Amino acid sequence: MLDADEGQTETQFEFITFSAGNQSFCLEIMQIREIRRWTPVTKLPHTPDDVLGVMNLRGAVIPIFDLSARFGLGETPDNERNVVIVAAAGGTTIGLLVESVSEILSVAKSSIQETPDMKSDAARQAILGVISVGESMVRVVNLDAVLDQEGGAAA
Amino acid sequence: MSRNSIRDTFFEECEELLEALVEGLSSMEQDPDDMDVVNAVFRAVHSIKGGAGAFALDRLVSFAHTFETVMDKVRGQELKVNAELMHLFHRSGDQLADLVEAARDEREPNAESEAAILKELDSYLGEADKDDSFSFDAVTLEFDAAPVEVEAPEEAEAEAEAEAEDGALRRFDIRFKPGPALYANGHEPLLLFDALAELGDLRVAADLSDLPEFDAFDPNGAVISWTLQLETTEPETVLHEIFEFVESLCELDIRENTGATTPALMDAAAELPGLSPPPAPPDADSPIAATDPPDARGDAQRGEARGPRPTLRVDLERVDRLINTVGELIINQAMISQRIEELELPAVAHLTNEFEAYKLLARDIQEGVMAIRAQPVKPLFQRMSRIVREAAEATGKKARLVTVGDSTEVDKTVIERLADPLTHMVRNAVDHGLEKADARAASGKESVGTIRLSASHRSGSVFIEIGDDGAGLNRARILEKAIEKGLVLPEAELSETEIDNLLFLPGFSTASEVSNLSGRGVGMDVVKNAVAALGGRVSIASTPGAGTTFTIVLPLTLAVMDGFVISVADQTMVIPIASIIETIRPSQRDLHAVGTKGVVILVRGAYVPVVDVAFNLGLSPARKEAGDGVLLLVSTESQGLTALRVEAIHDQRQVVIKSLESNYAAIPGVSAATILGDGKIALILDPEEVVKLQPAAPFFPAITPPKLELRHA
Repeated sequence: MLDADEGQTETQFEFITFSAGNQSFCLEIMQIREIRRWTPVTKLPHTPDDVLGVMNLRGAVIPIFDLSARFGLGETPDNERNVVIVAAAGGTTIGLLVESVSEILSVAKSSIQETPDMKSDAARQAILGVISVGESMVRVVNLDAVLDQEGGAAA
Repeated sequence: MSRNSIRDTFFEECEELLEALVEGLSSMEQDPDDMDVVNAVFRAVHSIKGGAGAFALDRLVSFAHTFETVMDKVRGQELKVNAELMHLFHRSGDQLADLVEAARDEREPNAESEAAILKELDSYLGEADKDDSFSFDAVTLEFDAAPVEVEAPEEAEAEAEAEAEDGALRRFDIRFKPGPALYANGHEPLLLFDALAELGDLRVAADLSDLPEFDAFDPNGAVISWTLQLETTEPETVLHEIFEFVESLCELDIRENTGATTPALMDAAAELPGLSPPPAPPDADSPIAATDPPDARGDAQRGEARGPRPTLRVDLERVDRLINTVGELIINQAMISQRIEELELPAVAHLTNEFEAYKLLARDIQEGVMAIRAQPVKPLFQRMSRIVREAAEATGKKARLVTVGDSTEVDKTVIERLADPLTHMVRNAVDHGLEKADARAASGKESVGTIRLSASHRSGSVFIEIGDDGAGLNRARILEKAIEKGLVLPEAELSETEIDNLLFLPGFSTASEVSNLSGRGVGMDVVKNAVAALGGRVSIASTPGAGTTFTIVLPLTLAVMDGFVISVADQTMVIPIASIIETIRPSQRDLHAVGTKGVVILVRGAYVPVVDVAFNLGLSPARKEAGDGVLLLVSTESQGLTALRVEAIHDQRQVVIKSLESNYAAIPGVSAATILGDGKIALILDPEEVVKLQPAAPFFPAITPPKLELRHA
């Protein structure tokens, strides 16, 4: 029994699911620093459309990306429910604007499926895999890829 | 403390000693007869030797020893300092620095140059000194063959030597009371006694009278003192040598047992630092200081106060953390200030006064904290004297370095990151700037070229100038070269400033023959980038026949700056005050359209191009109607004076600089960001870059930007 428990916790992953561009995404909970309400940001000149601007996070300047726009799903419409997910990866902290945060998903590693092979597109590259939840499918966001894209876009 | 950290400490101290050495040598150059300076130089070399001995760095020790012996001759006025000797001292100092560096990195030092300098140094030494083969062994403290090293005046030495020659057996009474520090530093009285015993017949008596009750016994304390009697033919200075490394850590009283104190002893005692004054009654066997400990401590404290100003080594990370927190404090203070304003309290409310005080205190703390990071540019400048020397030697030119404003304080990071660009520029100044001696003579100049390095604070910026009194820039040659390299189109017509600035283009190198100094492919563009990374700029001023001056302008600190809070396309932004020459509210008559899109403004008789900030930043699709907003007159390198159009100026305040790059990327036209009183982020504009962002020049090429002689006042 004990062994089984241990085996289970090892492969158990927790994700926070959210929606952006009417699609369901999730991020591993360990990458998320906090979730904040949307507040107007300071716009940056000469940046791509998906870079909304910068925000003050307790004294640090962090860039805010529109995840939906970044994945080519169109701009996130203004809405009271919009939130910013503050995530950290590779020493940098960024904010991702999403439509809404839904729930915490706890799944075994085995139930994460590889991204189905399909035509290359920005959204697919930024996805590590997919998780099937009931009738819907949740996409696991590859934060590193989001950051890489950022470098490419800024260069 | 591990052995490694002791070693690190040694090398840290070496750095300081080498700095003191270089400084001493340069003041020696001005006044070779100042014995204080000569002594300071001698002490620096001597201390390096002493420390190196403890780590068995033999080459370092033996080089330092030879160097020191020659220095000692100067000290003894046996040698007269002339230009040649001074030059040798400089080179020896450089070599010593190299050896220290090699020892630190555990590399093999350059034996060739070392041998050459050693040979020259040796040539200054008489036969007698050469015979004194030096052996130094820190573990056993063996000083048998060491030449006289006690910092005693020459007369005392001579006298002592004369006495020694008598060969008469003399008796010395030595009272030796170690302090706790002696044991803490790893010294062992027994070894000292052994060394004494080698000199002659030694009798030792331990004085246990201070031994406390067992209950009160402190195992770390030093309670035992010794009375020694030595019969020897050696002079007294030899005795002092044995105690050389412990003298400041113990109470030591050496007197010859002839009744009266010899003058030599008095002199020697006066010269020796840290030696406690001898107890007044010579027959007081039981140590006075021990029975009266507060007295001893008083002495020690007085001794410290006489030394150099006490300093503290602090981990840089701690300082940076403090600076960050203070930055937050300033932001927080600004936020509270804004909240209080929003409350619209009646004017009589005392809160306003208290808050003003709080603001001042916060500012004080911030300045204090920033000052921790600030360091004088002196060590950096001192390093350059070596560069000048080496560059001059390599190119066969004669050059000297003149430094001005050594004590100007600049942020530590700035100093560190400025070392490479400055080295490069100083080398360039010697290599390209100065002419050869004969050419200088032909144009009626002094044969020795002067490189002038100056630092100063002006209007919130640090100005560092590297000037030479050489031939000035050969603009025709620069242009030719740039065209040859395809950097400029052959038909381009460039102004003098533009030609000068070609030097900063990547892949530009003027030296027709590649010397082993410059022309290594590392060009002025690297310098420019390094300075730009620090938020500074480089500019050139050159007068044919009179020389070239490069000016580096840097922000005072990397963490805060004074700025105007402005609005651009409904966004709040900050522009550094230092860059603004004046603000203008334009009247319609002064504005003139040039071409279809360009606008210029008449400023005291000169036409200055107007740049719309919002348009250049891509924040507003079209230019606003002329006459709107406020113009900020800035001086840029790319197009001289320029007026930046913004919507309004709201405030002037000190802002904390926050990097954009740490979480995002550099954005053209924006140097950094800051956090305003309401917690929102405002971008800090870089006027130079904003101007450059300008899409294809809307002006006729014939209109060159007016050059007004305006300075940041």
